[in-house]
Amino acid sequence: MKKSLILLAGIIFPVVGWTAGGTIFPNDDISINWDNKQAMQRGAALFTNYCLSCHSAAYSRYNRVGQDLGISDELMKQNLIFTTNKYGEQTKVGSLMKTTMTTEYAEAAFGTAPPDLSLVARSRGTHWLYNYLRGFYLDETRPMGVNNGVFPAVGMPHVLADLEGLKKVKKEMQDDGHGGQHEVIVGFEQVTKGSMSTEEYDQAVKDLVAFLDYLAEPYKETRQNVGTGVLIFLFFFLILTYLLKKEYWKDIH
Amino acid sequence: MSKDNNLLGWIDARFPLSKMWEDHLSKYYAPKNFNFWYFFGSLALLVLVLQIVTGIFLTMQYKPDGATAFASVEYIMRDVDWGWLLRYMHSTGASAFFIVVYLHMFRGLMYGSYQKPRELLWLFGMLIFLALMAEAFMGYLLPWGQMSYWGAQVIISLFGAIPVIGDDITLWIRGDFVISDATLNRFFALHVIAVPLILVMLVVMHVLALHEVGSNNPDGVEIKKNKDENGIPLDGIPFHPYYSVKDIVGVVVFLILFSIVVFFMPEMNGYFLEHANFEPANPFKTPPHIAPVWYFTPFYAILRAVPDKLMGVIGMFSAIIVLFLLPWFDRGKVHSIRYRSTAFKGLLVMFVISFVALGYLGAIPATETRTWFARLFTLGYFSYFFGLWFISKNENTKPVPERVTS
Repeated sequence: MKKSLILLAGIIFPVVGWTAGGTIFPNDDISINWDNKQAMQRGAALFTNYCLSCHSAAYSRYNRVGQDLGISDELMKQNLIFTTNKYGEQTKVGSLMKTTMTTEYAEAAFGTAPPDLSLVARSRGTHWLYNYLRGFYLDETRPMGVNNGVFPAVGMPHVLADLEGLKKVKKEMQDDGHGGQHEVIVGFEQVTKGSMSTEEYDQAVKDLVAFLDYLAEPYKETRQNVGTGVLIFLFFFLILTYLLKKEYWKDIH
Repeated sequence: MSKDNNLLGWIDARFPLSKMWEDHLSKYYAPKNFNFWYFFGSLALLVLVLQIVTGIFLTMQYKPDGATAFASVEYIMRDVDWGWLLRYMHSTGASAFFIVVYLHMFRGLMYGSYQKPRELLWLFGMLIFLALMAEAFMGYLLPWGQMSYWGAQVIISLFGAIPVIGDDITLWIRGDFVISDATLNRFFALHVIAVPLILVMLVVMHVLALHEVGSNNPDGVEIKKNKDENGIPLDGIPFHPYYSVKDIVGVVVFLILFSIVVFFMPEMNGYFLEHANFEPANPFKTPPHIAPVWYFTPFYAILRAVPDKLMGVIGMFSAIIVLFLLPWFDRGKVHSIRYRSTAFKGLLVMFVISFVALGYLGAIPATETRTWFARLFTLGYFSYFFGLWFISKNENTKPVPERVTS
């Protein structure tokens, strides 16, 4: 009986989207506070310094990020725009956040062109990103020398290694629940130290993921604010329309 | 004052404006006992208008080009003033359309609104449903995301199961050997011009057929049987103003629910906008799990439940064809569930459970157990129609009142 109930529950509650793909390690939860613009600013700094050289964010504009997160155009130009046009002039602050790396070069270097990251928080989810960026470990069999507990056989090198340091993986054999056994990651062990402690690194990744979450839907706060106003209006309008209906219908029996 | 001396008189002498207003609104007599289930017809019309209006504005910025389509949608979302609102209204509107239409159809099942003399009204409605599915399917390709691409790939490849000419048909639909820029362009043309035109014409015919035979009601009695000395049905009230003011209440309640989704959960946890569709279409990378959007999943589950591809396709299309034939499957004379037999109620409950369960099963990856459940519910789905044919011949019904109740 209990077994069939569990079976039924498994059928009734559908699993859509992000949960596909088996077990991941690490697998920690993250919550993002959209009011914390400082965290998003720090994330923007990490993003432009570490990610934007290979990945683009080509649906987003520098000055829009600045306006939304409270970074002035001047600060943006001084600290966060590293690309140039073909004459060697700095990319304009109103431009899309493209990368200067060509697809041919990227494919030669990594085997595949690094994906655009504008929407990665919506396609992968923030939970995935938070753990992915903390999931790199040393693996000599991989071309970049690292593998990932969230994205096995990943093509990306551990770009944040100078912050986090490098880790070794601890694996164990576990029952897979179908009578067989498979190898699962149970922990990491620090091999070389980075410039940050584990706590500092986790916080930095949180900031970066918060920024990516913003980047995926920059208009999210506007959307919710407008929505609140619309709903308040509709509730009052509902009262009026209901009274109107009652007035008309009082002579119908 | 003579009627011919004012502007309206001038128009009426040249165009039946007042006549149309009277025939379809102020002197169209609808039963006075409409309940909750009778909101969904006018709501479907509202959603159609919303989709057309938001669609027009989206078309002004959207680029039907494989290289720029995805980016143009993000451009609308980020750089166009209120573009995110237009796009979310349109994407939520697609799902809302199906919710409203499914409830509208369920109302018809419950109260026998497809029965004589409303068979043609039902057929027009079913054609609308068919056109709506085509419209939604083609529209879903336009954002050119991964799920747009692979969903279309899977659905179009179904036609390949047709013997002999299958491959040629898929080639003809796509205009290429795979889904490509050519497919996107023609789907855009069909989504923006051809199908909406058909939809609007069918809606007009649906409403004209309705106003010819008159509305059914929760009691399933014909109000035209009891008329007063002026020929006005005793249980009828003019659509305008009574139902126009009542439907506005329904519209506002609908808009509240619609706004909650548009403004606070536009992705609806991956059901209205699938997560994988935030990645641009990539013909070389198949997503691990391809699922159609929720409104197609009941039919998709039927397709997957049948082991043979061709039989699966036939099963899926049959699920829609049997709906067309519903007026002839039901041999009963009593319209409303209120006065029909327990067997009818049981069949309808089974049908609803099967439909919802198939919807769930079609959205999640198939396993062996789930496939067996899908087969069970597929059986439940089709049993409704054959069961109905069987029980409705000599149905143990309750006496139907002469006039509408309450």
